[in-house]
Amino acid sequence: MDLNQCDGAPSTAKILVSGGFGAGKTTLVGAISEIRPLRTEEPMSDRSVGIDDTRGLSAKTTTTVAMDFGRISFPSQLVLYLFGTPGQERFWFMWDELAIGAIGAVVLADTRRVADCFASIDYFERHGIPFIIAVNCFDGAERFEPDDIRIALSLGPGVPIVLCDARQRDSVKQVLVSLVRYVMSDTRRPDQLSIG
Amino acid sequence: MTSHDGNGDRWFDREAGPVVRPYALTQGRTLPAGGASFGLIDVVIATSDRAPEHFRPGPEHRRILSLCRRPTPIVDLTSEIDLPLGVVRVLLGDLTSEGLVRVLSTQKQPANDQRLLRMVLDGLESM
Repeated sequence: MDLNQCDGAPSTAKILVSGGFGAGKTTLVGAISEIRPLRTEEPMSDRSVGIDDTRGLSAKTTTTVAMDFGRISFPSQLVLYLFGTPGQERFWFMWDELAIGAIGAVVLADTRRVADCFASIDYFERHGIPFIIAVNCFDGAERFEPDDIRIALSLGPGVPIVLCDARQRDSVKQVLVSLVRYVMSDTRRPDQLSIG
Repeated sequence: MTSHDGNGDRWFDREAGPVVRPYALTQGRTLPAGGASFGLIDVVIATSDRAPEHFRPGPEHRRILSLCRRPTPIVDLTSEIDLPLGVVRVLLGDLTSEGLVRVLSTQKQPANDQRLLRMVLDGLESM
């Protein structure tokens, strides 16, 4: 059913915030939105278990992921959600969940540990999800030109690179605006995402 | 959930963690009935239909129904009732198949939806 068919229901959209551990994902989300907790507890062996099959329950394991998400309500009945991607490898299963239906992603880069965002970039490139790089300008970190960062990350010329301060609301707003403008203008995107 | 021992002292509470394993609330089911798939930002709305005779909604079903009298995205619903996402999905599957809620799917490819993108851009720029 299409959302537009129902009066009173909000339109919803989501943006992913990704990057290495300590790059400032939670700071960025908290700078611009109301943070709320989300518990996910996913069975790791459910793919082999039938819907009403309760045999072997005791052998099933679940993994708990406590996540935060950000929520921005606009007067236009639109709610924008910001989801940080979980960092640890054992939470990869959550990435597909978060990525389906996302407008695009912000990859936060810390110039002191550029390689930390390779995994995020790989994921978004592989799945055809539009992304921009936001360089979080930490106090005391050496400043680099966007072109140098582009080379360090082996990025094509099309992907925008913006500098930001993840603590500052206006700066974060500009990052999100840059992403949405990029997504609107990017016509090279494949029609089908390959998630699932 | 709280309880008291003979001396009136609280011996388990919210800080102590859940006292029931999450999927016990769903009788061990880990997937929604009928193979339904619900996205994080899909919106849930309670219909005003009465529960059919054969369906006995549990307390968690009723909490969901009560929260969804206003259209509510699944992620907010999950956060609000403080149950794991997987459990909420199973409960929503029950309510959907009994006709007690409707789930409005959001765009799977919003990057191609210029109208939605324009709404997001306008919203952000007016902040």
